[in-house]
This record gives sequence, C-alpha cells and structure tokens, in this order.
Amino acid sequence: MVLQRTFARYAERTAFERPLTSGVAYAVRVLHSEREQFEKHQGWTIKRMDILEQKPVHKDDYEPEALEPSPVQEEYAPVIFAQDTVSHVISLDLLSGKEDRDNVLRARASGKGVLTAPFRLIKTNRLGVILTFAVYKMDLPSNATPNERIQATAGYIGGIFHIQSLVEKLLQQLASKQTIDVTVLDTTNQSYPISMYDSSSNTSDNDLSYVSMLNFGDPLRKHEMHCRFKEKAPWPLLEMATSTGILVIALLLGHIFHATMIRIAKVEDDCRKMMELKKRAEAADVAKSQFLATVSHEIRTPMNGVLGMLQMLMDTDLDVTQQDYVRTAQESGKALVSLINEVLDQAKIESGKLELEAVQFDLRATLDDVLSLFSGKSQEKGVELGVYVSDRVPKILIGDPGRFRQIITNLMGNSIKFTDRGHVFVTVHLIEEVMDSIDVETESSPQNTLSGFPVPKRRLSWSKFRSFSQEVPICPSVSLISDPINLIVSVEDTGEGIPLEAQSRIFTPFVQVGPSISRTHGGTGIGLSISKYLVGLMNGEIGFVSIPQVGSTFTFTAVFNNGHSNLGEFGGPQINTQSILSTSEFHGMTALLVDPRPVRAKLSRYHVQRLGICVEVVPDLTYGSWSVLNCGMVKIDMILMEEELWDDSSSSLPIFLNHLRDNDPGAVPKLFLLTNSVSSSRTSNGTTTAIPSKPAVITKPLRASMIATSLRRVMGFRNRTDLRNGETSRLALRNLLQGRKILVVDDNDVNLKVAAGALKKYGADVVCENSGSKAISLLKPPHQFDACFMDIQMPVIDGFEATKRIREAERSFSGEYGRGNGSQDGKAVNCHVPILAMTADVIQATHEECIQCGMDGYVSKPFEAEQLYREVSQFFASQTN
Amino acid sequence: MELGLMQRRLEDYTKSLFMEGLLDAQFLQLQQLQDESNPGFVGEVVSLFFDDSEKLLNELTSAMDQQIVDFRKVDSYVHQFKGSSSSIGAQRIKNVCILFRNYIEEQNIEACLRCLQQVKQEYYHVKSKLETLFRLEQQVLAAGGSIPAIEVTSF
Repeated sequence: MVLQRTFARYAERTAFERPLTSGVAYAVRVLHSEREQFEKHQGWTIKRMDILEQKPVHKDDYEPEALEPSPVQEEYAPVIFAQDTVSHVISLDLLSGKEDRDNVLRARASGKGVLTAPFRLIKTNRLGVILTFAVYKMDLPSNATPNERIQATAGYIGGIFHIQSLVEKLLQQLASKQTIDVTVLDTTNQSYPISMYDSSSNTSDNDLSYVSMLNFGDPLRKHEMHCRFKEKAPWPLLEMATSTGILVIALLLGHIFHATMIRIAKVEDDCRKMMELKKRAEAADVAKSQFLATVSHEIRTPMNGVLGMLQMLMDTDLDVTQQDYVRTAQESGKALVSLINEVLDQAKIESGKLELEAVQFDLRATLDDVLSLFSGKSQEKGVELGVYVSDRVPKILIGDPGRFRQIITNLMGNSIKFTDRGHVFVTVHLIEEVMDSIDVETESSPQNTLSGFPVPKRRLSWSKFRSFSQEVPICPSVSLISDPINLIVSVEDTGEGIPLEAQSRIFTPFVQVGPSISRTHGGTGIGLSISKYLVGLMNGEIGFVSIPQVGSTFTFTAVFNNGHSNLGEFGGPQINTQSILSTSEFHGMTALLVDPRPVRAKLSRYHVQRLGICVEVVPDLTYGSWSVLNCGMVKIDMILMEEELWDDSSSSLPIFLNHLRDNDPGAVPKLFLLTNSVSSSRTSNGTTTAIPSKPAVITKPLRASMIATSLRRVMGFRNRTDLRNGETSRLALRNLLQGRKILVVDDNDVNLKVAAGALKKYGADVVCENSGSKAISLLKPPHQFDACFMDIQMPVIDGFEATKRIREAERSFSGEYGRGNGSQDGKAVNCHVPILAMTADVIQATHEECIQCGMDGYVSKPFEAEQLYREVSQFFASQTN
Repeated sequence: MELGLMQRRLEDYTKSLFMEGLLDAQFLQLQQLQDESNPGFVGEVVSLFFDDSEKLLNELTSAMDQQIVDFRKVDSYVHQFKGSSSSIGAQRIKNVCILFRNYIEEQNIEACLRCLQQVKQEYYHVKSKLETLFRLEQQVLAAGGSIPAIEVTSF
C-alpha cells in the first residue's frame, strides 16, 4: 500500500515532469458497502464538498475538521493522497462536488482526461481547472465499453491548475507580457463565457484583437484566447510578429495540457511499479551475491587442481611447443583464478561475509614480497620501483597481512600498469608522523621525487580523510586493539593519471575508466572497490590525487595492533627470515651511499640499514662532499652508487679510494652500482681501468634480502675475516661438541633426523627419542647425557612439561644425594643437565616460557652453526675450562 | 653428456628451486651437513620426509573425511607436517601449513579442505622436483664428478 508520505514525495520529485500543475491528488472509488471499513482504516470520515462550493471560504478560515461528513451515497470518491501543496483536499468526496462529479463520471466512462470548468479553488480561492483521470484496476482494451470501464475503476487522479499562474508563466517565457493583453475564456457555454485569465485592465476595447481556439485535450470544453495589443497603433511588422507569437502561445498551452494529462496518469502507476521493482532488485542482488560466491568457489577448487596438474606436467619431459602450450594454459588458469578471487571477494563484500584475520606479521617483509612480485615488470618497463617504511613503524604488527598485501598489490598493480616512465613509490608512515612532520611535506616538491619526474601533491590525496580533519580518536570503534598503530600508506606513480571525468567513479565496482581500458590493460575493475572496502575493514580511509599525464597518488590509512607484546606463532616464516637478515654478518659495517637525490637516497638507506649496516650519504664523490665525512675515523666497507653517477665519478672515485687507502692501507671498499634495469648501460664503460675492481650491480627494486644476497656474493668471497668467522664457529663447535653425549627429543622423525645430523657433524654422540616421557626416563639422574635438545610441541607430554619433570627429578635427586653425601656438593651442581628448546617460534614470550620451566636456552629448529655455537658455548665452555 | 655441462645443469636446476621459492636456506644447511663421513645424509632425510609426509597426508585426508572433523587431530598432523617440511626447507609446504593451522583454529572446514588440496599439490610438486634433483646428482656422481657447491646466497 502506498502511503500519503510516499505519494507526496514521489509527486514532489516528479513535479518537473508536470510543469505548471500546482498539485496532484488521488481519490479512490469507494462503494457505500465499503464506506465503514474504509473510514475506519483511514481514520477519517468522507467529507462533502458541495457546501464548501456554495460558500467559498477564505484561506485562513479553512478548517477540514469542520467540514460536514458526506451524506449516504451509492458510491464515493474520497481523496486519499495529495501533493503537499494541495493536501487540504484529502478526505473530500469528489462525487459530492457538482462540477467534480460530472468530471469524475465522464472521465471513468471515457477513459480520457476531463477538464472542469474554471472555478475558485478551495482554500486559495484562485481560479483554476482540474484535470481528472480515471485509474483502472487492470489494463483495458481501447475499445472497452463505458460500463466495463466503470466496473474496472479503482480511483481518480486529479491535476490542479492555477490558470493565472499558468498563463503568466507561459507569457514570461515568451517575454511579451508588456505588449500583449491576453484573455482566456471558457466558451463551452457560448452565452456565458467564463473568463479564465485576463491580464488587461479594461475589457471593453475589442478591436484589433486576435482570437484563437485552445484545445486542452477535452473535446467537450471549448476555450478561446483573445489577444490584443496594449498600444493602439502597432507597427504592421510588429503585428505580424506578435500574431505568430500568439499562435505559439496557443499551441504551447494546448501542448502542455496534453502532456500533463498523460504524465499524471502515470504517477500512481509508476510509484507502485517502482516499489515492486525495488523489491525485486534487492532480492536479485542478494541472489546474485550468493550465486557468485557459490559458483566462484566451485570453480576455484577444481581450477586449483588444474593448475597443480599443469605445474606437474611442466616438470615432465616436454618439447618446446608443448612447454609453450602448458605455460599458456597455466597463465590463463592463473588469470582466471585471480579473476575468480576478485569476484568472490566482491560477492563476500556484498553479502557482508568478508572478515579480517588478526595475526602477527612483518610489514616490511610483506612489502618486500609484493615488491618482488612486480620487480620483473618494473625492470622490463624501466620504471623505478621502491618501498620505504618509516623507522617508527614497529617491526611486528598484528592484522591481516593477506588483505594488506591485497590492497598494496592492487594499488601497485594499477600504478605499474599505467606507468611507462618515472617511478612507482610506496611509502609507509605513522599517521602521527605525517600530521606533524614537515619532512614528509617537503618530499612532494616537484623536483625532489624518486625518479625526478614531477608528481601531484601527495597531501591532496588524503585531504578528504575524516580522521585528519577532525580531532577524534582515530579508531574509537576498535576496542580489540590495545596498542593501535595508525599507518598511512601512499602509492605514488608518474603514470598517465586518471581522466578528470572518471575520477569520481573509480571506486565503483566493475567500472573502469573507459571501455578501452579493459581491452588494453585487462582486469575487471573491481580491484579498487575491494581495496576501498578492505581499507574500511581496517578502520581506514582511502583517497587519491591524480593529474592526467603527471601521475596519481593513492593514499590509505589502516589501523593495526602493535605486535611486540603478543604471542602466537602465525606469521612465523616471514619474521624468521627477517630476523636472520637483521642478525646478519653485515652488522656494524659502514656503507657510503652516493646519491644526489634525497628521496632516493633515503629509500636506499632504509633497505641497507635493515641489514644492520650504518649508512653515510653523500651527493657525489667530489672532495668537498666526502671530506666532511671524516673518513679517516670511519672504516668504509662498501660504496653504493647510483648507476647514473658512474660516468661522472670515474675521475673522482680513484682519488677517493686513494684517500681511504692512505688512511687505512687494508681497507678496500667494495663498489656496488644501484641500477634500474637488467640490461645495464654500464657495459660500455669497460675501459675505465682506473677503477680498482669491476663494480657489482644491485638491480632495483631494492629489498633487504636481495641486497644481502648481492653483498654476500661479492664480500663473502673476498672478505676473508667473515669466512674465518664462520670457520671458527664451526671449529669451535667441533671442539665443544666432540664426544658429547646428547639426547635429541622430537616427535617428528624428519626433524629428529635433521637435528641429529647437525649435531653429529660436530662430533657429538647423539641419541634420538621421539617422546617427552622417554626423555624424562632417560634423563632421570644419574645418567650419562651432557645435554638435551628438546622439541616443545609434542603430543601427550610437551617440551615444557617434560623439562619441568626432569628438573623436579633432578632436585629431589640432588636433595637426597646432598643429604647422604653432604661433603660432595660439587656433584649436586652437575645434576642440572642443559636442556635447549628446539623451536621455530621466534616469539619472545615462548622464549621466556622456555626459561621459566627450567630450560637453558633455545635454538631455532633449522640448525645454524653460529646460533648453535652461541647457545651451546654458554654452558659447555665453562665445563671444558 | 659432458660432466661440466651436467654439473652446470644441476647447479641451474638447484638454483631454480630456490628462485621458485620451493626451497629455502634450510635445504642448503642440510646439504652442508652432508660430508664424507655422512655421504647420503640429504637423501636419507628427504626420503624419510617423503615417507613421513605420505603417511601424514593419508592420515590427514581421512581425518578431514570424517563426518565430524576432529580439529585437534588435524592440527597435530598439520603441525607435524609443518615441522618436517621446515626441517628440509620445503618452505611452500610450510607456508601452506601455517595457513592451514589458521583455518583449523577457525574450524573453517571448507578452507581446510582447500588447504589440504593445496598442501598435497605443494608436496607432490616439491617431491617431483627433488627427485629430479637427485637424479641429476646421481648422473653427475656416476660420471665421476662432484656435486657443485651451491652458494648459500643464490636465492
């Protein structure tokens, strides 16, 4: 059922379709048998309007409550809906009005619009006409009999026109009101023409007037329009022009009435249809999402099978053509799976099923991963790719690394796709830093960018963020986050930019900038809308600034939890590799970075510093630049230089190296070139023999792990001290472990074998066991073991529990022993067998727990010589001495 | 085939395993543990890994097949698999196992089944690669050559 409010709003909204109507109302057909129920339902009684017609009231006196109820009739036509401008007619029975009654009956019998004679409108007292239309319950054939029509009548639509304003509006449009007097007459009754509109003050002067018939679409009514000039003797030319104008007025009036009649009839019908359509659309939307989710999932599972099989097929003996076929099939399959994943995400978003994980992860490692993903493409295109993470961003965060990665991958993917020169630069800061730091602001000055190409002002990309403009706590809704880290991530490119007209809709799903985009660049166009949603889930916002032919910068914020205080083993592998990196052999070294461009230098320094290397930056190698470094004091282990400086520095580099040699004869720093593309232009410089060693090349995008690899490759061979260190620890380990009897406990056979293998290599006498309980019985004092390596997570009795029981047994044993042989307390000390936990878990809390339950230390499961030495030497060294 | 060529091919193949991220540094450490006193060490560990994994995968499959999945049991299998795969440096299996355990914690059966499928794929993938690697090694050894030392940093 349509409500009055709905109707009023709908009529209001569609008012522009019915120009010059001052109101629309809807009356229903009510038979007397239905009256009682109808009145009860509506909450008012049907009022009569004939009394009102006889004694027209003034605007202010009008009071609907005072109207008399309609007397008993065969049927009624009470107004139930009305546009707000004429809402006072609600509850009036149209059939009780003299004029209205005729019209209503005529309208429903004919199926056409019917005009009333002009009359004073209720309340406003202005002259008007009402155009009445019948609304039928069903579609009637055009040749239906009047009786059929009456039977099918559901109600009546009435459009109310103020004649005066109507004609005035029209005349205004023709801008000739001053020169022409217009009179509109209703001449249905020839002897008593009713004046509908009269703009002239004196009606007597009838010469020089032009009379035209008006057709308002109601054949029973005749209207005349009399026009004449205000001035007595017009120019003939003007007369001609004016008569044309008059003709136009006449035609327009007729046309407007016609058009309006047709429109009004559709109002109620449209309203009902639209409500229905809306309901159907909503249902269809839900169904679509469910369908997508189901189908996508059903496709993805077998597709993974197909991809796996293709991968295996690749490993069999194939000729070149076959390999090409398989590779193509695989690429297509991968493209399909990623497409499905996107659609699935979209479906999940629409059905509200997308949820975020909360696991520990290393943001820097995640970004390095994504960087690796795009490195091929960026090198191919010669676009400089870089990631910079502020030092203030904690190492370990808690959040959803997969989804974070998805956002970054999407943004970077877009950037790389649309960038053919310059750079793509990802930066991560804390929001606090950006808010109160000038450092970030200066970066956006056009000259000082990663590649030297100008970029749009980054600040603009977050200008619309609510969290920046208001002084509200940034994540009030997230109570789960105890130690929130508010990140702001920007992806800046110097690509082709987004056309201005497309900028407003780029976050809309399935909408791409233009149809040609999907042809040239592929994709479904839902990546950004998914990213926006994911950012929302991370309690962040996303925005962008883009200048066509200059570039785009997308910025988003996200809230993560600080990961330092929490435990959990998820995200272990990334953290693991990173921690290996940071404790790398480069720790304490110093690198000299030669780069004239501050932004790029900052980026390079960030990655090199992650390896524990101290970095000094100079813009070039001229004497003035490096003399301030106090090179005599700091030993420079390596020089990292941007490739573009290579040619210029061929003269200054030897001087610099000589200077270093003068200060410290043993020091020959290794030289590395930082280059952007695989096909380096450096090869042409083979003749520069002045340079002591052929420089090694580090290909961008820079990542800590990749730099470490390059450094090791060059330095590992030449830097003998490093090699010796490794040898020493191995030799020392052998000394420490030779002949030691060691128990290794792990429920995993493979792990057991590997651990045993590692210890045996250093000469230890290894005994393997696969359960905590066996370890307890073997380590019950007195025993022969010198040490025990124990897995933590084992079924039945885990490493913690086993250690606790072993320590208890040791305590009670030394207690008894101590009581019996008080003099030999030295033996009692030896009762404590060193137990080392074997765990891949790098979480600090686990380590604390190891110590708490009586363990002596821990080694990561993948045995590594240096780490093993560090741990073992703690308790074995004292014994050997 | 010429020995040098065979050695180069072996070296390239080994490197490709690291480049593809199938293996990580742990596998290299495993290789370093192998010396004259313990010549077949890597082979032994890896074949133990194969036996162990196939047993685990069978158990895992049947555990996931149950009407009511015992997630604790499944978790202990996956934990085992994670441990042994990280021991030999099969990092992709290990990564899937980590993901798998996340889903086990959520008790998300669908995702678990997907992970099972994935972990099987990764396993058979790395298995076929390692078998090829050993075959190449055998060829080199049979030709009287030595296994070229792989740079620890080649990935």
